[in-house]
Order: sequence, then structure tokens, then C-alpha cells
Amino acid sequence: MTENLVDIRNLNVRFSGARTVHAINDLTLTLKQGETMALLGESGSGKSVTLKTLLRLLPPKRSHIDGNIVVNGVDVLTLSGKKLQAYRGEEVSMVFQEPGLALDPVYTVGDQIAESVMRHKGVRKDEALSTALDMLRRVRIPSPERRLHNYPHELSGGMLQRVMIALALACRPRLLLADEPTTALDATVQIQILLLLRDLQKEFGMGVIFVTHDIGVAVEVSERIAVMYAGQIVEEGTTREIIKDPRHPYTRGLLAANLHDAARGARLNAIPGAPPPLDTRPDACSFAPRCPLAEPQCLAALPPVHSPNDRRRVACIHPNAPILAE
Amino acid sequence: MSKTETLADTQPDKGGPAQPLLIVRNLQKYFPVRGGIFGGKKAVVQAVDGVSFEVKKGETLGIVGESGCGKSTTARLLIGLLDKDKGEIIYDGQDLGGTLSLRELRRGVQMVFQDSYASLNPRLTIEASIAFGARIQGLSDPVGRARKLMERVGLAPDRFAQRYPHEVSGGQRQRINIARALAMSPRLVVLDEAVSALDKSVEAQVLNLLADLRREFGLTYIFISHDLNVVRYISDRILVMYLGEVVEIAPVDDIWTSQAHPYTRSLFSAMPSMDPDNRTKEPPLAGDPPNPINPPSGCRFHTRCRFSEDVCKAKVPLLHPLTAGSDHLAACHLHDISSGHSKAGKDVFE
Amino acid sequence: MALIETHGLEDPISEAGKGYWSGVGSRLIRDPVTMICLGVILLLILSAVFAPYLGLADPYTGSMIKRLAPIGTEGHILGTDEQGRDMLARLIYGGRLTLFIGLMPVVLAFFIGGALGIVAGYLGGWVNTVIMRTVDVFFAFPSVLLAIAISGALGAGILNSLVSLTIVFIPPITRVAEAVTSGVRSLDYIDAARASGANALTVIRVHVIGNVLSPIFVYATSLTSVCMILAAGLSFLGIGVRPPEPEWGLMLNTLRSAIYINPWLSALPGLMIFITSLCLNLLSDGVRSAMNVKD
Repeated sequence: MTENLVDIRNLNVRFSGARTVHAINDLTLTLKQGETMALLGESGSGKSVTLKTLLRLLPPKRSHIDGNIVVNGVDVLTLSGKKLQAYRGEEVSMVFQEPGLALDPVYTVGDQIAESVMRHKGVRKDEALSTALDMLRRVRIPSPERRLHNYPHELSGGMLQRVMIALALACRPRLLLADEPTTALDATVQIQILLLLRDLQKEFGMGVIFVTHDIGVAVEVSERIAVMYAGQIVEEGTTREIIKDPRHPYTRGLLAANLHDAARGARLNAIPGAPPPLDTRPDACSFAPRCPLAEPQCLAALPPVHSPNDRRRVACIHPNAPILAE
Repeated sequence: MSKTETLADTQPDKGGPAQPLLIVRNLQKYFPVRGGIFGGKKAVVQAVDGVSFEVKKGETLGIVGESGCGKSTTARLLIGLLDKDKGEIIYDGQDLGGTLSLRELRRGVQMVFQDSYASLNPRLTIEASIAFGARIQGLSDPVGRARKLMERVGLAPDRFAQRYPHEVSGGQRQRINIARALAMSPRLVVLDEAVSALDKSVEAQVLNLLADLRREFGLTYIFISHDLNVVRYISDRILVMYLGEVVEIAPVDDIWTSQAHPYTRSLFSAMPSMDPDNRTKEPPLAGDPPNPINPPSGCRFHTRCRFSEDVCKAKVPLLHPLTAGSDHLAACHLHDISSGHSKAGKDVFE
Repeated sequence: MALIETHGLEDPISEAGKGYWSGVGSRLIRDPVTMICLGVILLLILSAVFAPYLGLADPYTGSMIKRLAPIGTEGHILGTDEQGRDMLARLIYGGRLTLFIGLMPVVLAFFIGGALGIVAGYLGGWVNTVIMRTVDVFFAFPSVLLAIAISGALGAGILNSLVSLTIVFIPPITRVAEAVTSGVRSLDYIDAARASGANALTVIRVHVIGNVLSPIFVYATSLTSVCMILAAGLSFLGIGVRPPEPEWGLMLNTLRSAIYINPWLSALPGLMIFITSLCLNLLSDGVRSAMNVKD
């Protein structure tokens, strides 16, 4: 088990409040050292909650977490105080969707990166600043010496996201969590950031969990894809397997909805309905009400997890059903 | 059929089938940026600068471009939510401000916005929101109309009519917004990123609905989006904007197979590949789009273009057909043999 | 919190529409402090309105021999004032004037300031500049000073107090109304309504007022306690209500000289002002939190 960088076992996350939301239901996920995994799902599927749980960012009073999370040999759910601080930043760090909101507007970007390095590595300011400069260079920011002294509002969206990545990687974490880091960016900037992340992953050899709702983005950055629906992983496999040989009806629906090969003007094979409300813990296949292949047994019990090969799984009673006729 | 009756109040066709439903000529909108101690004019954002295009009756024109390219400003100018600085908007042969009043234009042109929640009044029931425009325009039986349209967009009137916007899902809200736009029996609907905020599975449902409505009510769409796949699926022609200007306009199949403008080409190459065995190797462009406050001189794309030469900095390229009579237009010196660009007229992309 | 918002899925089959105001009402009823305050205010208003039917002594006729009778005196439960008039009757009758000139200016300012602010916020441009810069002029003076200055210029009297206090409260309400309206003005549903061909008046009536009224109203209720105190203050200074009319501020002034003889008695009008303004304050807090749907 030590070979796994991330080992999540039977994770459940429930939010209480005005209404209860079962955000994550019995999620099991492993990531090997140096692997890039995309968590693919729509809003409310639990993909961002999974990331926040990994960093222990959920509000403790209103969230109930049980299960096991081990990252690089550390039991994450029992961490507290100094150890938790060290874990965040040194072992694991995160890149957010809105870099403009994640960076502090009153400090220069150089100071912000240097501050993080000083706190985690205990080095002097000038040393930390030279690390910051090195990081800006590695994220391919033009004229980094000048950018070091810029405030966040002086940089464009794409530059800010590069700074955010530099900040996240400054302490050389083993695991990088990326929460839709390119969603707010323009198309020509998005591809730059995706390719940058891909290169940095190779360079630093870290593990990456990349949350996205866009299959195209997942294909560009990741080796593996886990598809989430209603707080569960419904299908997992290598990117090639998921794209070329999708097995779960939801994955197939998502691929069709991407429209990259839809005939112009032809009727789309849309998934009907909307995701379930999750106010109770699912005790049957959550996708069954929208599924074209649903049968009575889908509504009677949780679907079996079918595993055609090591590390590939499909949570469906029809893992071998032929691709639906369009 | 009762459904077609709902839109029977559509304005009569004035110009005949050959008259484009909408002609836009040299549309211009600058926004002053105020600043400094005395709040004086500091700079102008050249949001839309000399935009011209036509929309034929019954077609769907897709408009694509990145943030700051002026596509949303164009949409707001078309429907009169912003006042144009210069240019002409000609709807079915009538000139806005001349023979056509703003009120008449708004009868014929409606808009669906991106944010389904912000575009519905939280204090009005769904039925009241849809009926509002019809009532304003003095159409008969606004409530009955609203209920029929709700039915048509897939929301049972008995269940949804008396609900409030926060009580329904995002996909349902966007259906309400579509019904609201259709309640005035428009002929042209401007869809400004109308499906962009929806989840992919819901987006497909709404796209199907839009296609059905177009056929059923004989609508014309202007479909603005940043998602090229969606634009390709729904549009007949595609218009590409960059920093307030039109750089290319062409039938969708033409532009999909061969992009004439280097920017269009970059935009298309920036799409994720969807093929795990053939991932994108190199980003087509470096850096972010420049600020529309002080756009570059000449061709506005010359700062990021790998074919840029002196002529590109000096001279503004005009939008013209690639070959005489072609409906594929581009604004690039590469395609103008008389421009003085050293590679003009040559196939530079391969 | 955003976290729950993004992950709490929208339920497509949630319960059919319950009106906004019935929700506000049920939240108010479940708030004991607000309900008690509301009860006290209602009691004061009712007793003031129905004062002639409560079998009280005449608040204007005094008796030279029964001056400054202490609290608990036979026939005068709350004692008598410096002219021997029954305190209970004077306090209840005094509520009429005090509450009237304490609340009425806010009501008037709510309508005038609200209208000005909505127009300024919706139309923007030079209309906004004219209205808001005029309002700014009034902000240059502290509200107490402004009320005293206007009242002093107009002379004492109930009507003049009313006018001066209304003028004092129009600027802050206008400013709040303008801020709220320009926020709503930028939302897409206003654009959608304009795009349907509606004129400014219709858009304001149907789409703006409903969405800006409650924050303006809540703000106005928070001003009532200040207004009460200002009104009483004007009377205390002799530029408000004139004797012999019973009014709490004025009563506080005339009983001032008796503070060493009968301190409890002379504190009674002050106590009434205190209780009323406290209850108004707590009530407005309660209304504000009940109207806040975001939680």
C-alpha cells in the first residue's frame, strides 16, 4: 500500500445545515506516485468536495467525514495543528479556479511565494525570493525579475494562474490538487496552462489530481480519468480506456454531450432529467432514473462494481453492454 | 396546431425572403474609462469597432471569440440595451432610428442571457416573468401565452407556473428564459452564452430544445459562445471576433476545414484534442489577449501573430472575400495580394 | 456558504411556491424578542389612540395642592407633575404626539427619499449626479444640528418639527435607496425587461421596487428610534411641541426642576422614550434578519 501516493478508502462526506447533503458516498480512489488523474463530473457530483477533503478544508462543524485517507503514508483525517499546516503546502497543495481570489491583493506575487517558502522551509528571505524567482521562471512567465515585484491586479488572468501554480509548487509538494484551474480562462490561454501543468508534472514528478467538468481538458492533462456522479465514482480507467471504450451509460452520455463528433443539426442523444438531490444516502444506482439501460434491479440495490482489469472499474450492471445506437 | 398559434402574432415579413433579417454596418461602441482625481476621461475601451455582418432569414449565425473581443457588447447593441456610437442596424430592411423604432425592434429581436438566475426577477412567479413582455407589447392573453410556452419548453404549467426562480434548477431556469424571450413572438433571438453555464448533460437537452423551437417557429438565431463544438453544432455560419473587430466570417463547414485568419486558426488549434493518442503538443499562441483599452495598431492581432510583418503594424486589413464571390471572408493581409505582405496569397499554414 | 451552494443540488421537485412574505412572517413569529418588542410598541400605539376611552384623568387640568405627588399616590398611580396633572394620563396622551412626530418623519422620508433614490439609481447619469450631490450637501451637517437649525429657523410647533425631521431623514434614505437600486439595475432581468420594450416607469414598478423595497424599509425602521429621540430632543429644547401639550420630551424638560424633589417621577418620561426607542431598535433588527433570505 505504500506505493500509493493517495489512498482513499470508503470515504463518506455529509453536510448538515438547513438540509442534509450526502456529498460523497463510499468513495475509494488510489493514485500512484507521479500519476495524473482527472476527476470528471458535473456540478454537485462531489469532485471539488473530494479535493477539499484531501486538504481538510471543509468546515468542521457542518461536515461529517468518515473513511480513510492516506497521503504519502500520512493519515490525513487525524492531522491537526502544526502537522496539518505542514501537510498543507509541503505534502499537498492546491490550485484554484479563480487565481484572482486566491492571491492576496496587497502583497507582490514575489512576496507571497517567498512567504510560503519561508514558512515551510525555514529559510531566509533572500533565499526564499530566489526560489520564488526560480519558480516564476519554471512556470514560463516572461521577464520574471520584473513580475516578482508586481501586484496581482497588474497581471492578466493567464499570468495569475501561472503565479498560482508557482506558489503551489514552490515547496515541491508530492501531490498537486487542481480545482478547475482553466475554467475561467480563455481558450487560447487554457491550452497554455494545460500544457504547462503537463510539463511541470513531468519535471517535478509529483502526483496530480485534476478536477474538471470538461472531458477535453481531462484528455489533455491526465493519464487516468475517474468519472463521478452523485458523490460516487461510476467509472475509472486510463484516459484511453475512458475515451475509446466507455462502459458506464453516464460516461457515454457525457462523451456524446461534448459534441466534438456530433453531426451538425442532428438531434443530440441528451441524458434526460437532472442529477438527484442527495438528501438521502443513495441505496440504489443514482443514475438509474436517467439511464436508458435501467432495469428494475438498478433501483433495488447499489450496482456491482465490475473490474475488467486491475485498476479499471465500472459501477453498472451492464459493464459489457454494446455502445448505444445513436 | 395550437403550438404554432402561440406565435401567430409574429410581425409580418416586410422585405421578402431575400432580404437579410439583420444587416449590421460599421457598428462602433467605445466605453470611456474614467479615472484620476477629477474623474475625467482617461482612456476608451474600443469594445466594438467597425463590425459589419448580415444574418439571413432562418439561419443561425454563431459568434465566437475570447473575453474582451466585444461579442457580448455587440449583442447588447443589437437589441438596443446599449446605444451605438456609430453604424447602422437594419432589421428586415428598416433602419433602426429611421423607419424602425426601438420598440418595434424589440418586438422582433429578443435575447437570452448567460446567467439564468440573474436574468429572472426573484420576486415574480415564473408565469408572471414570461407573461410580462407579452403584456408590455399589448399581445392578447399574456398569461395563456405564457402557459402555452411553458408547456412547449418542457415545464408543466400546473406544476411550475406559480413557482419562483430559486425553486427550480439551472436547466429549468434557462428554459424559462427561452420561453420569456419567445413570448413576444420575436423573429430573431440573440443567445448570449445561453448554454455555457449549464452542465454538459443539461446543455444537450437545451440545444435540442433550441433546434426544435427554431424549426417550429421559423426563428433566426445569433448564437454567441466560447465553445466551438457547440457553435459548430448549432450554426450555419460562424463569425470570429478579436478585440472588437470581425476577423473572419464563413459557412461553418468551410471554416471548420480551413481557417483563413491566423487567429481563427489558433483558436481552433487551442481546442482540446479529445484524442488521448494525439494530444496537443504546443500551444498555438503565447500570452493573453491584449487589453481592448489600447488595442495594437494596424491589424490588432499582429502582436501575437507569427506571420506579422511591418505592413500588419501599419495598415488595418479589411474584411473581404477569399475569392471573388465567396461567402468566406477574412480580414488579413495574407489573403490580400495587393497588401504588400511578403507571403500574401501563399498557403502559409502547411 | 458557497460550499453548500455548489454541492447542494437544486431539487427539481421542491415544494411549490411559498410566498416571500409568508416566509418572513413565520420567521418573525418564531423570534421571541422581536415579538415582545412588537407587543410593547403596539400597546403604546393602541393606548395612545384609544386614550380618551381608558377612563383617565384630564391631562390638562392640574391642581395646585396636589403638585408633584409621588408614584403610588391614591388616585394618581404614577403621581402628578409640577402643575398637579395626572402623570399616567399625561404619559399616555403624550404618546400620541411623541409617537406621531417620532414616526411620521421617517414614514414621509421613506417615501420621498425612497423615490428619489430609486430614480437616481435607475436612471443614473446626470439625474443621479444632481440628486446625489444635493443629498451630499445635507450630509455635511450632523443630523441633530440640522434638525435644530431647521426647526429654529421655522419656529416651534408640531408641523415645523415634522418638516425639519423629515428633511433630516431624507438624505440617508435616499443614499441607501440609490445604492440598492443601482445594484439591482445592473442585473440581467432588468435588461431583459427593457429589451421587451417596457418603459422606465414600468420597469421600476414591476421589476425594481419589489426588489429594493425591503432593504430600504429595513433601513428606515432602524431610523425610527433615532427620530423619536430627536423629536423629543427638539421639544426638550423648546423648539418642538409647545406647552401645555403633553409630549415626553417636553415633559422631561418641565420636570427637570423637580429632579431633587421627586427623582423617580421626573425620570418617567425619559423611561418612556428609552423603552420605545429600544423596542423600535430591536424590532428593526428582528425585521432585518427575518427579511434576509440569504441565510
